[in-house]
Amino acid sequence: MLVTHLTNNLRSKIIAASLLLLSFGATAAEFESSGQIGTEARYFFETGQYAEQFDHTQTSLFVEPELYWAWNEGDSLTFKPFYRLDSQDSERTHGDIRELSYVHARDDWEVRAGIRKEFWGVTEFQHLVDVINQTDGLEDIDGEDKLGQQMLNLSLVKDWGIVDLYLMPGFRERTFSGRDSRLRGPLVVDKHHVSYESAAKDKHVDLALRWSHSVGDFDLGSYWFHGTNRDPILTFTQEGDTSVLRQYYNQMDQLGFDLQATLEGWLWKVESIYRTTKGEDFQATQAGFEYTFTGVFESIADIGLLVEHGWDSRGESDQNSSGAQNQNDLFVGSRIAFNDIQDSEVLMGFSSDLDHNAFNLIVEASRRFGDSFKASLDIRLFQSTDPTEQVFLLKNDDHLQFSLRWYY
Amino acid sequence: MLNRMKVLSASLALTLASQISFASSTESNTDQQAAQEKGMAISLESKNRDTGWMDFTADMRMTLRNEQGQESLREVKMKSLEVETDGDKSLTVFNQPRDVKGTAFLSYSHSVGADDQWLYLPALKRVKRISSRNKSGPFMGSEFSFEDLSSFEIEKYTYLYLGDELVDGMDSFKVAQYPTDENSGYTKRIVWVDKQEYRIVKVAFYDRKKSLLKTLSYNDFKLYLDKYWRANTSTMVNHQNGKMTELTWNNYEFKTGLTDADFSRNSLKRVR
Repeated sequence: MLVTHLTNNLRSKIIAASLLLLSFGATAAEFESSGQIGTEARYFFETGQYAEQFDHTQTSLFVEPELYWAWNEGDSLTFKPFYRLDSQDSERTHGDIRELSYVHARDDWEVRAGIRKEFWGVTEFQHLVDVINQTDGLEDIDGEDKLGQQMLNLSLVKDWGIVDLYLMPGFRERTFSGRDSRLRGPLVVDKHHVSYESAAKDKHVDLALRWSHSVGDFDLGSYWFHGTNRDPILTFTQEGDTSVLRQYYNQMDQLGFDLQATLEGWLWKVESIYRTTKGEDFQATQAGFEYTFTGVFESIADIGLLVEHGWDSRGESDQNSSGAQNQNDLFVGSRIAFNDIQDSEVLMGFSSDLDHNAFNLIVEASRRFGDSFKASLDIRLFQSTDPTEQVFLLKNDDHLQFSLRWYY
Repeated sequence: MLNRMKVLSASLALTLASQISFASSTESNTDQQAAQEKGMAISLESKNRDTGWMDFTADMRMTLRNEQGQESLREVKMKSLEVETDGDKSLTVFNQPRDVKGTAFLSYSHSVGADDQWLYLPALKRVKRISSRNKSGPFMGSEFSFEDLSSFEIEKYTYLYLGDELVDGMDSFKVAQYPTDENSGYTKRIVWVDKQEYRIVKVAFYDRKKSLLKTLSYNDFKLYLDKYWRANTSTMVNHQNGKMTELTWNNYEFKTGLTDADFSRNSLKRVR
């Protein structure tokens, strides 16, 4: 009953939104065009572990323009497409609509409709509570890049916090590297034969309800999500004479909680989820802190230190379950901000599985050139001697990455 | 307003009380106390003449210049809401340099205790609560620190009147202000306030080693709503590294009708 009521409410909001969109052409008051164009080159120190993979170098070009219209002091439309052209991996040559979204904002409520990205959470090394958008696995292996999600979102600003209601008609499948690609396991994921628990398949309408609030030094949030699990279950299948992994998406209910306490120079962070699906229920937590030393060594530079621990009730993999990737993992990182005119910055991140021999190390250095170019040089190392670890699958994929972006 | 006066008189009483406990019967101590009271009274008058503006929006342009004369540009839009019983609320959106375009900064400043600050990172669509302890850090690589750009609150300093001086031909009071916050990057600011309008016309900043670090000069004053003086340009010169930053304000508008709702985490996500 409540859901029907809400749905009707939201439907009338959609109609209102469409009417506003129609009137928009006549009253457009502001238009902005910006974006970025970039190039990226990767050099892998060793040749690949798996037969079809390319040898050492990979280059690509990408564009991400952003068009923005605003009118009526509170209505806006944003269009942000994305496209990448890759020299080695035909799968990685791909495009997406990151954002095509209309926002109607009033003092204490707003409606957002279209394709959008929503980020939830506080930790840095793993984003457990961030579930709205599907991961764009072609962009990178860190899970930070997301596909646009179609949604209708009503946001209410109350004295006791912000309440967000999401209605998500339709689901996006995760993207995976192709046969030629590096940074993948021995088996390629089949994108053509995908199965779902729900009879509605990728048309299932997902729901989410989130509350978030700031009280003094504390920022906290909590939500319930009901719908298609963004993480597929991958199963081994023989297709003719090749073996592939097939994706299966089940339904899940998830409760999530995130908290950050900002106390003097310390940021204390916790994210926790409880997920229930037909197959299994589990709990996972990522917790840690961030501390910043300011004006170090009599300079204007800052050094941040980050430590986080990941725990998952599914534990290690065994005969019955595939286990969790971060069942007992330690993450340590540092960020040096030089606070100069060029915004020079060095980020370092190290993660280690405390139960197995596996770690990876990432160093990213970036700097602005002139007023609109930004260069970044990254190095990523993967080390493992334990064949059951995911990092083991990438043990030959240590690489350097250079990127240059032009912002306009 | 009543509350604000209460806070002020309470802190004034506190300052006086601490002076009294140190005071002996010598004349120099009485002079010292009078100089402290006068220093505070001048700063208080300067602040009081600038209350009641309710809210403003403005565009700020920064030109960063190094010793070799190389320049770099910063452009931000700013919205600010006057909060009568506490520090002001402000929302700042970056427009230049282009790689940080859309990044927005929300601050609830407090006259006592740490400010609440959030940063919105548009590429990640992420709102991040940040520590406000780093007041002395540079704002966007400029010679202005976050502290230099935050709103002036009486409780943030103790005061000492130093005498009268001419600044650009204006007869001015010279007042030393000592930060009460241990996270301040300064041991002292010397502020020149013109006698006619009680505008701050010049500030000298002394670093943690008590050496002169920077001088800020305000120029090109304009009167808004017949009451509020704003310097349309100001120049910060760093005497230790030879760099300077020039700040230019444009499109000042007061009493635009902003409310608390324009300073929520939701507005942070969509502000342009």
